[in-house]
Amino acid sequence: MRAEAPVKKALPKSLTPQRLVELYRKMLLIRRFEEQCAPAYRQGKMGGYMHVYIGQEAVATGFIAHMRDDDYMICSYRDHGHALARGTDPRRVMAELFGRYTGVAKGKGGSMHLVDVQRGFLGGYGIVGGMVPLAVGVGYGIRYRGTDQVCLCFFGDGAMNIGPVHEALNMAAVYKVPVVFICENNRYAMATPIEFASAVPNLAERARQYGMPTKQIEGMDLLEVYQEAEEIIHHVRHTPEPFFVEVLTYRFEGHGIADNPTNQALYRTKEEVEYWRQRDPIVNTARFLIENGIASESELLEWDSIAKQQALDAVAFADASPEPPLEELYRDVYTDMEVQEWR
Amino acid sequence: MALITYREALRQALTEEMERDPNVFLLGEEIGRYQGTFRVTEGLLQRFGGMRVVDTPISESGIAGMAIGAAMIGLRPVAEFMTFSFALIAMDQIVNHAAKILYMFGGQIRVPLVFRGPAGGGAQLSAQHSHSLESWYAHIPGLKVVTPATPADAKGMLKTAIRDDNPVIFMEHAKLYSTRGEVPEDEYTIPFGSADVKRQGEDVTIIAYSQPVLMALRAAEKLAETEGIECEVIDLRSLQPLDMDTILGSVRKTHRVVVVHEDHRNVGFGAEIAARIQEFAFDDLDAPVLRVAGADVPIPYARNLERAAFPSEEDIIRAVKRVLA
Repeated sequence: MRAEAPVKKALPKSLTPQRLVELYRKMLLIRRFEEQCAPAYRQGKMGGYMHVYIGQEAVATGFIAHMRDDDYMICSYRDHGHALARGTDPRRVMAELFGRYTGVAKGKGGSMHLVDVQRGFLGGYGIVGGMVPLAVGVGYGIRYRGTDQVCLCFFGDGAMNIGPVHEALNMAAVYKVPVVFICENNRYAMATPIEFASAVPNLAERARQYGMPTKQIEGMDLLEVYQEAEEIIHHVRHTPEPFFVEVLTYRFEGHGIADNPTNQALYRTKEEVEYWRQRDPIVNTARFLIENGIASESELLEWDSIAKQQALDAVAFADASPEPPLEELYRDVYTDMEVQEWR
Repeated sequence: MALITYREALRQALTEEMERDPNVFLLGEEIGRYQGTFRVTEGLLQRFGGMRVVDTPISESGIAGMAIGAAMIGLRPVAEFMTFSFALIAMDQIVNHAAKILYMFGGQIRVPLVFRGPAGGGAQLSAQHSHSLESWYAHIPGLKVVTPATPADAKGMLKTAIRDDNPVIFMEHAKLYSTRGEVPEDEYTIPFGSADVKRQGEDVTIIAYSQPVLMALRAAEKLAETEGIECEVIDLRSLQPLDMDTILGSVRKTHRVVVVHEDHRNVGFGAEIAARIQEFAFDDLDAPVLRVAGADVPIPYARNLERAAFPSEEDIIRAVKRVLA
């Protein structure tokens, strides 16, 4: 694991200080938003599994920053960060987590199935690796129409051990679809370490045989992710061919809400978590902003309090929103056909 | 009317829909250069090119997923499974993705696609290649399930399937591909959820779909000739949606029902039909609803055993006599 890489000392050419501040504030919003989730869950405002992205924010933020309005993205169930990075209204995301009618999917999908069609976000999916074949279809559709759009497909290290992902990677290369496969390697598939689950733990190495370019990059440093993502997405948009990128990252919290510190002790040490927390992408980026004179301490405090306020506002909005009406139970099963009520 | 095969009828439907709508494309194993394992797609690669007639690796999950993804952004893929026995590999994509996407995203993403191919057995393909399993798909909210028995129905319903905005499971039967039937020359479609009374009768209602419809019609003719028993044969044509009105109308006329399918009897689609008939027309029944279905065994290879595992005309005749006894 090469996570010790020092924080970058210079801004990439294409990144203005102003844009960096925007991205920093995006990460901050994701963090503050998700910090509201566990308490709301404990109060019974949410159900389900609830997987937070805390620690991995630089990955979604750094890649999605390069998406055009007409590009697509698709991801796994750990999807709050991706939706917020893409610009989905935090109120509607929180309302979805609360199972309310104002949520992004009318409260019918929940935490694992966020979506934002207007922004090309084709959804979060709950079956590990299940959406990777879908990304090939999206990429094929792009090729079919002959546009220069791309599709970003985010999944975890656990997905590398499920068969359909390998069918999809091969087919992506066979049809040369413009898809960036972004494997967020946070080192654990639930509690199973990647070294145990993958005979070749270097996942970029493992993907190399599929006949597409691959790369392993650091995921804890926003600047590094941003710069690498820019090159990769540019390549895929203009070549076109798929690209597999393994991003080394870490989740500071458990796999899901039930994976509490007692359970986590069964698979990782406090020291290990502390080691990675030292590489917190938000703290790192804040330090960069200060050291390079891009922001002042008071600005950082102000942005933090705005992010916190946005998160609290999202909670208040969700809490005040109505549940979906009972008719919704039978809606959307088919586009054109009623389903008989069972009572 | 033209007399053509079931296979040609399917090909006509694919061709006409591809001519009509540039968003329609085909993908599957051996459908292009090899012209289709059952020759359904013969000539289509030459006619429409490799972008619209896509040969795939042997990757059923990949095929299904690719079709779903393309459908999500507005294309209309028609994915062929070489047989529905191989679709089992793609079950997660079909059940947990295609069937769920509209609902779990609150109605915002449509998945207009067709999964088609042969189902069923009868060619000594033994245990792993003889599945029907239409009841599995009909069990899943979000999927439509279509099982045409004649060339005319196959053509009209495949066109409807391609135009449908939902995932459609379109099950053909390998034994039907070479059967012939009259097909209208003019453009037509056949809606889902409308059963076809393929033979009128007063004494017993036989409900069937796919290849067993032909068997039921032959059994009905024999019963009329030799016993003077007049069977009404209903071809369901689609299982989801299911045309209960036609079924119940016939039950109210004959008061006796035999359901026929090739799929296993246990928890098969016949059980659903029998349950609904007793629920909605209990007082109209003069006898229990009987099922003639595949044996509850893995399908064996030996010709005599395989024959015994699938329903036959004789089984249907016996059941009709029993339901009248």
